Order: sequence, then C-alpha cells, then structure tokens
Amino acid sequence: METRRMPAKELEGIVGAEHVREAAPEDAVDGVQPSLVVEPGSVEEVGAVMRVAHREGLAVIVRGSGTKLGWGNPPAAADLILGTTRLDKVLEHAAGDLVLRVQAGVRLEELQKRLAGAGQMLAIDPPHPGATVGGIVAANASGPRRYKYGTIRDLIIGIKVVLADGTVARAGGKVVKNVAGYDLSKLFTGSLGTLGVIVEANFRLHPIPKAARTVAVELESPRAAREAAQAIMHSQVEATAVELHWSEEERLLSVLVESIPEGVEAKREAAAFLLRPFGEVRELSDEEAGALEPVLQGDGGEVPVKISAPPAELEDVLEELFGAAGRRGVGVRVRGHAATGVTYAGLRGGEEEIAALVEELREIRVRRGGSVVLLGGSPELKRRVDAWGPGGDYLGLARRVKEKFDPRGILGPGRFIGGI
Amino acid sequence: MERERLVETMRGILGPEGVISEREELRTYECDGLMNYRVIPDLVVLPETAEQVQRVVRVCYEEGIPFVARGSGTGLSGGALPVESGILIVTSRMRRILEVDIPNQRVVVEPGVINLWITEAVSGEGYYYAPDPASQVVCSIGGNVAENSGGVHCLKYGFTTNHVTGAEVVLPDGSVVHLGGGKAPDAPGYDLLGAFVGSEGTLGIATRITVRVCRKPEAVKTLLAAFEDTEAAGGAVSGIIGAGIVPAAVEMMDRLTIEAVEVAVHPNYPDAGAILIVELDGPEAEVESQFEQVIGICKQNRATEVRVAGSDAERALFWKGRKAAFAAMGRISNDYYVQDSVVPRTELSAVLKKISELSGRYGLRVANVFHAGDGNLHPLVLYDNNVPGEAEKAEELAGEIVFACLEHGGSLTGEHGIGEDKKKYMPKMFTAEDLDVMQLLRCAFDPHQICNPGKIFPTPRLCGERPGPFRMHPVQKAGLAELF
Ligand SMILES: Cc1cc2nc3c(=O)[nH]c(=O)nc-3n(C[C@H](O)[C@H](O)[C@H](O)COP(=O)(O)OP(=O)(O)OC[C@H]3O[C@@H](n4cnc5c(N)ncnc54)[C@H](O)[C@@H]3O)c2cc1C
Ligand SMILES: Cc1cc2nc3c(=O)[nH]c(=O)nc-3n(C[C@H](O)[C@H](O)[C@H](O)COP(=O)(O)OP(=O)(O)OC[C@H]3O[C@@H](n4cnc5c(N)ncnc54)[C@H](O)[C@@H]3O)c2cc1C
Repeated sequence: METRRMPAKELEGIVGAEHVREAAPEDAVDGVQPSLVVEPGSVEEVGAVMRVAHREGLAVIVRGSGTKLGWGNPPAAADLILGTTRLDKVLEHAAGDLVLRVQAGVRLEELQKRLAGAGQMLAIDPPHPGATVGGIVAANASGPRRYKYGTIRDLIIGIKVVLADGTVARAGGKVVKNVAGYDLSKLFTGSLGTLGVIVEANFRLHPIPKAARTVAVELESPRAAREAAQAIMHSQVEATAVELHWSEEERLLSVLVESIPEGVEAKREAAAFLLRPFGEVRELSDEEAGALEPVLQGDGGEVPVKISAPPAELEDVLEELFGAAGRRGVGVRVRGHAATGVTYAGLRGGEEEIAALVEELREIRVRRGGSVVLLGGSPELKRRVDAWGPGGDYLGLARRVKEKFDPRGILGPGRFIGGI
Repeated sequence: MERERLVETMRGILGPEGVISEREELRTYECDGLMNYRVIPDLVVLPETAEQVQRVVRVCYEEGIPFVARGSGTGLSGGALPVESGILIVTSRMRRILEVDIPNQRVVVEPGVINLWITEAVSGEGYYYAPDPASQVVCSIGGNVAENSGGVHCLKYGFTTNHVTGAEVVLPDGSVVHLGGGKAPDAPGYDLLGAFVGSEGTLGIATRITVRVCRKPEAVKTLLAAFEDTEAAGGAVSGIIGAGIVPAAVEMMDRLTIEAVEVAVHPNYPDAGAILIVELDGPEAEVESQFEQVIGICKQNRATEVRVAGSDAERALFWKGRKAAFAAMGRISNDYYVQDSVVPRTELSAVLKKISELSGRYGLRVANVFHAGDGNLHPLVLYDNNVPGEAEKAEELAGEIVFACLEHGGSLTGEHGIGEDKKKYMPKMFTAEDLDVMQLLRCAFDPHQICNPGKIFPTPRLCGERPGPFRMHPVQKAGLAELF
C-alpha cells in the first residue's frame, strides 16, 4: 500500500498540537490502519482540516465515539480519523418550542439527562453508552420506539455539514415545519460519513411520557408472533413499541405502552386483552423490561444482522432465519421491531456458515423488496460477504450524489453500498 | 425539434387525446393556485402510464426540452408554473389506486390520485391517511410529495415526508428508479426518497407512490375557544404544549378571518378577537383526561368562551369555518396574497404584533389563520387589484412579513414551497454556500437542468457542463459513453 505524506504540522497549526496524534492500533477501522487522529474544536477547524485532506487526497474516516465504526464494508483506505468529540456543545434548547440545536459530538446520554430536566426527550432509544448525536444521525440506527416516533430521520429538522472540500453548508432550520430548499438532513441521515462531516443537527423533541408499562406474551410459533404483532398494529392502543425476542430460551413479544397515569392502565389492559389469544400474558416489571432493552451490540462474538421485510411477513422471516441457521449449525438470537418490519438477529457460528446464511436470506428478502444488512462482523467475514447486499436501480443515482458531494472520494471510501 | 414534429412524436406516444396543443386549451394550464404568474406552455401532455411518462421525458432529455410536472394545480407558490417553450406533464389521467395492503398498513397509488381518495379507500378498514392539506379534496399525492404538504393534523402526525415510504421516479434522463423501501423499511443506501420529498418537482417525476396509512384513533374530541385577542390565544397554545400535551391539531383564526368566515359559511362562531380550535385524539382514557386539562388551560388564559363539540356534526361545523377560511376572504376583499412563513411557536405573539404594525404602516388589512401548534403562519394580505399600485404594495408587505419571521428564527415556507414565488427570498435564509450545496443534489439528479428549471433557486448554477442548451452527443446517444 502506498504511504502518503501526512501534513501533521499543518494540521497541528489548525487544531493545536495537543489535538493531533499518531493513530494507535485501536484506531484501526475494520483492520485498516490510519496514520493520524485529528480532533477539531470548531466548525471552522473541521473546514480547514477537510481542505487539507482534500488537497492531499487523504482518506478521512469520521468518528464520534467509535461505537459503531465497524458498520459498513472495510474502508478502501484510511489516512485520517476526524474525531468529533470536542464538538460537544448544546447550542440551543428552546423548551417552549420543543426544539434542540446541538453540535455533532454531544453524547446522547448526557443530552437526554439535560433534556429530562425540562420533561423532554429526543425520542430515540438509549444507544450504546457514549454514542454521539452525529454518529447516531450518520448511522440512522433505530430502536424499539421507532414504532411510535419514527427513526432519527423523522426527528431531524436541520443540519450543518462540512463537505469533503471544506465547504460549510446548512439546510433546514429550527422550526418543525419547513420546506424551504432541499431536505439535506435526510440525505445525510444514514450516510455513514461518506457525504460530509455532520457538525450540527437540529431536532424536534417530545415530552417524556408520564407513565409506562410493558406487557408480554409467551408465544408458541412464528405464526403466533406475526398474529400477535398484527393484533396490536391494527388496534387503537397506540403502543410505543412492539418487540420480538426469539431464541432457544425465550419466545416473547413485548408491548410498551406509554401515556399519562390516567391512560396507561387502560392501554395496558387493552394490550393484554389483544395478546391473550396467543399465549400466556404477563406484565413485565421495569427491571425485566429493562433487561430486554439492550440492543444487539455484536459483542461476545455475535454477528449482528439487520433484516428488513414487510411487517406482515414476520412469520416467514423467522422461519427462513431459523431454518437456514439450523441447517448450518448457526446460533441465532432475535430482537425485532415486530410491527415495523425491522428484525435484528445476532448470529453465532463459523464465518463461512454465517456468510452463506446471509447470502441465502438475502436472496429471498431482496426478491421480496427488503434487505439483509451485516451490521458488524470481522473484516474477514466482510470480505466473504458484502455488508449491504445489492442495491436497487437507485444505485447509479446514489453514485452520482456521492461524486457531486465528494468528487475525490476521500470520505470513508468503499464503506457504503455498491462500493461508494 | 420543431414544434410540429414534437406534437407528432407526443401523439405517437400518448395518442391524440393525450396531447393538448391548441393555444386556447393550453391557457387552462397557464398557472397554478398562485395566479400572479402566468406562462402558457408550448405543449401539455397527459400520460396514463409510467412508461408513457418515461418516453415523454426521454424525448425531452434528448432534445433539451424543459418539462414541468403538474398534479391538480392547487399549489400556492407557482411550482407548477410552465416554462416557456417547455412541456407540461399533467398526471390527472394517472389516478388508479394500485394496491391496498392493510396488513402492512400501506397503499400504493398513481401520482394523480387525490389525497382524500386514499382515506376513502381504507376508511372501511378503520384506517386513514394522516396528512390532510385543506385542499385535500382536489390536490394530488404527486403534488403533496413534491411540496411535502402539511395539514391541520401534522402537529402530532408529521408531514408528507413522514408518511411516504417509497416512490417510483422517472429521472430527468428518462431512467426509472425506485426510492425508499416501500413496504419493507430502511432500504440500504442514501435516503434519496427523503431528499426527493419536498423538492418541488425539480428532481424528477413520481409515477407511483407508496404511503403509510394510520389506524383511526379510538376517540376524538374537539373544542373551540374564544379569546379577546391573538395574544391570549397564543398563551393558551403555549400552555397546552408546556403541559406536555401533543394535540392532533391546534388552529388559530383572528378577528378578520372570523368575520370573513361568518359571512361565507355561517359556522356561528362566537364574536371574538381570536379563536382556537383544539383537537385531541387517541385512546379514550388519555383523550378524556387531557381534554379536561386543555379546557382548564384555555380558561386560565382568559378564554371568553369554550365550546365542546358534542357530535360529529358539531365538530364538522367547527372545522368548516377553518377549512373555508382562504376561500372566504373573497367575501371581504377583491384580492389577497397568501403568505406561508413559519416561526418558532414561542415567537408567535411577537411576530403577530409585528404583522399588525406592518399592516397599519402599509394601510392594508392582514387576516391571520394558521397552524398555531406548528408556528406556521398564513397571513392573508388583502388588497384590491383595481387600485393602481396596491398589488405591488401587498407583495412588499408580504415580503416584510417574511423577513420578520426569518428575524425571529423562522423559515420562508412551512408547506406551500418556494416555487417561483419565493425564490428571490432564498438568499435571505441561506448563504450562497448553502444554496450551492443544494445545487449539488440537483446536479446529481438533473445535470442539464431541464426538470422544472428556474424554481426554488434564484440563480441555479451550471453543473460543470458546457453552457448553452443541452444536446446529447451522438456517442452518448448510442450508449457508447457517459457524460460526467
Ligand atoms: C443492532 C443495533 C441496534 C442499535 N439500536 C440503536 C438504537 O435503538 N438507538 C440508538 O440510538 N442507537 C442504536 N444503536 C447504536 C448506534 O448505532 C450507535 O451507538 C451510534 O450510531 C454510534 O455513535 P458513535 O458516536 O459511536 O459513532 P461512530 O461509531 O463513531 O460512527 C458511526 C458511523 O457514523 C459516522 N460518523 C460519526 N460521526 C459523524 C459525523 N459527525 N458526521 C458524519 N459521519 C459521522 C462514522 O464514520 C461511522 O460510519 C444500535 C446499534 C446496533 C448495532
Ligand atoms: C384552498 C387551498 C388550500 C390549501 N391548503 C394547503 C394546506 O393546508 N397544506 C398544504 O401543505 N398545502 C395547501 N395548499 C397548497 C397545495 O394544495 C399543495 O401544495 C398540494 O400539495 C399541491 O398539489 P397539486 O396536485 O395541486 O400540485 P400542483 O400544484 O399541480 O404541483 C405542485 C408542485 O408539485 C410538482 N408535482 C406535481 N406532481 C408531481 C409528480 N408526480 N412528481 C413530481 N413533482 C410533481 C409540480 O411540478 C409543482 O412543483 C392549499 C391550496 C389551496 C388552493
């Protein structure tokens, strides 16, 4: 591999010597070793760093807390890590407007604590400890509450980005309703650091519900899982989340209901009534519900996979998944947003088997309009099987978008779908 | 291509009934809901299928002819205004509901389908389509997608962008792409659908749209509260939101609007300086309890009267006045200019004060009817076209209102779009860099700027291509090389 001249001195001049260091082995991204870690402290500094990178043609990997740096394909190159953790200011919390403006490096955990003081929240689920707002937007990760609130793309109302060539631009604003210009916030959501560096984001907030309950039903079969989820979906309960937990040990569908204290009991009763035909129903204590909470992290050697399908095909998804896993001796643990059609599965087994399993499921799901995406896994596994799978007929358009925003291809090269 | 040959080509694609070329007939399409600007298109085509749209666009691409999509033509920012020597592609013959899929809570439609038809198609199953612009009985879903339209229930349920899950789009080069997941969520890749929604017909033509439908709520309760002035009403709105309540709708009307509506549709509104309509929906127990709270908050904020709708008929009457407000202005003024700016909710009263000051200074009346929960104002500047100079004055006043909103942290438009009408204001809200970066997206979709050119951006930049009208090189035409 070609070794490039690193303009370390110049970068030190921009961000200060104490914020540039040589990259350590822990900074490697999917086995690719970068040279430098640079941590700018302002939007202007991000712009200046990117101008240098652009001029020199250096590959840049944007990093928040680094909790999900393994998403996507291994980068084709990585010279600089651009860390956002110093961009950690809450710029504006307009409580009366339920609107928030923050820098990208703000950690969601701390942000939520602060918002809770005003009885408000950014309506997404607790992410991995430390995850930054910029990383969450860039990854468009979703948790159980997406059933009610949508994903972060539905909550973002404005964005400020620094493009590959250092251009700073803003789109959207700080009002909930705004159709002036193109909605670039959506374009950058889920772009995994391949279109630009997100430096600021504005969000709409929600009031924290005053009361919550979780009811769960023990299920017999994948069919019961689908039917139970459908029963909740087509009811008037207005659940916040409908989650499936499926493995050797547990076969559970849980329903989170939230409301005011006067409303939550009725909601709980209604949900329990709807679930009763499918198995034994019980209410989970906050502790039990909390224990179901952690999303798949891909740790302990588990490979996390995201399966996307029409929600009414939940039964098929489970059968395909467990059938294929059984045949290949792969262990599976499922955590699904049963009513939205997103199922996360943690796979345990040999690399070859997992790769083959992903290909097999992908063949079916893509044909039926969905997708199977590898969220984690070793670089070796990702060399066997592409993280994203085939894109649709929009791939050429996506490439043109990438070419316009990052003509030299320096941002996270090769990580995204179709080799973008 | 000379016009006669073009007409022939289009007839070949669409049949004679799909092509309008007579000048008198073309006049029907010279403007949309904003009648300040008029341009007669060179040709109007009415395709019936996506494939026909694709063939028409391909001809446009190869010949460098600009085109504009049009749904029902109710837009209020001149988005569907034709371009000179261009083709207008009207979707009014693409009105089939293709699939109703209740298990997945999705409906697939052609772009010309009227907003309300979706609700009608699923209401038997207990479902409805949430985004409900006041024009819902006539506006098309394609137009809604292009404008990211809102409606009175968007405070709780979000805008078009939160309800469209997939779209088939004919790109300006005539290729077809499927954006978004449709029935399966989260298609991998960039959120190109999110970027397309609200792009005002400048990135391509939607030929098939998948939307999410919502379960009808168990209970709906609506009240009408009267106040001495808009400030007191605004205080009630803040109080409701501050209490952590998210109503399905919070709408405000000022005195002038109330008067106009009373003359036009007789909803029997109380005599007041401002009226709020507040609607809550959801599970019964929740709605009951929060509704009592809302009544209390209105009273604390000096409501002079609170009426609760006791029946569906009464609720419909509350809404009738609100929904007829724009049309009712005709009863008290010859002409009016609708503005569509947004401010943070907490700035409402400051901005309303400023509007009334401006109204005094210009000597023109301004009526206010708006989505108070979203801070989305619709000031109606009343004027008389027969009085020389008044139209210009009205437009100037409307501009001042826009600036006031921007000064208070707001936006140029909440739901009607920029179109032709507001592009001159874009540099007030965005820097040259911001606008250039938006143009990057435009250039990726439409490198030759033939798709609804001249809208949204005051000075579109070239996409790095040679200037002058675009002509496809024979090598490119033969598929031997691509243009970068
Ligand atoms: C199965 C699964 C489910 C999850 N569910 C949830 C959930 O429900 N809710 C939730 O909040 N989280 C969830 N997460 C975790 C979430 O994805 C990460 O915690 C978070 O997105 C990463 O934040 P980070 O700061 O560590 O980003 P990093 O790991 O540092 O970066 C993540 C990606 O974003 C890019 N990036 C980071 N910052 C920027 C920036 N400022 N500009 C541009 N690109 C940037 C990086 O290049 C990288 O591609 C889930 C994760 C998994 C695996
Ligand atoms: C009385 C009245 C009340 C209104 N109330 C509201 C309201 O409450 N909320 C609100 O948001 N709006 C409202 N509007 C504005 C208008 O109804 C909306 O903007 C609507 O979405 C326009 O739909 P249309 O089919 O009439 O589109 P058109 O006016 O025909 O076109 C609007 C834009 O969409 C583009 N377009 C149309 N079809 C397509 C397609 N298939 N693919 C790509 N681009 C396309 C056009 O090029 C144009 O730029 C109101 C208008 C009126 C007259």
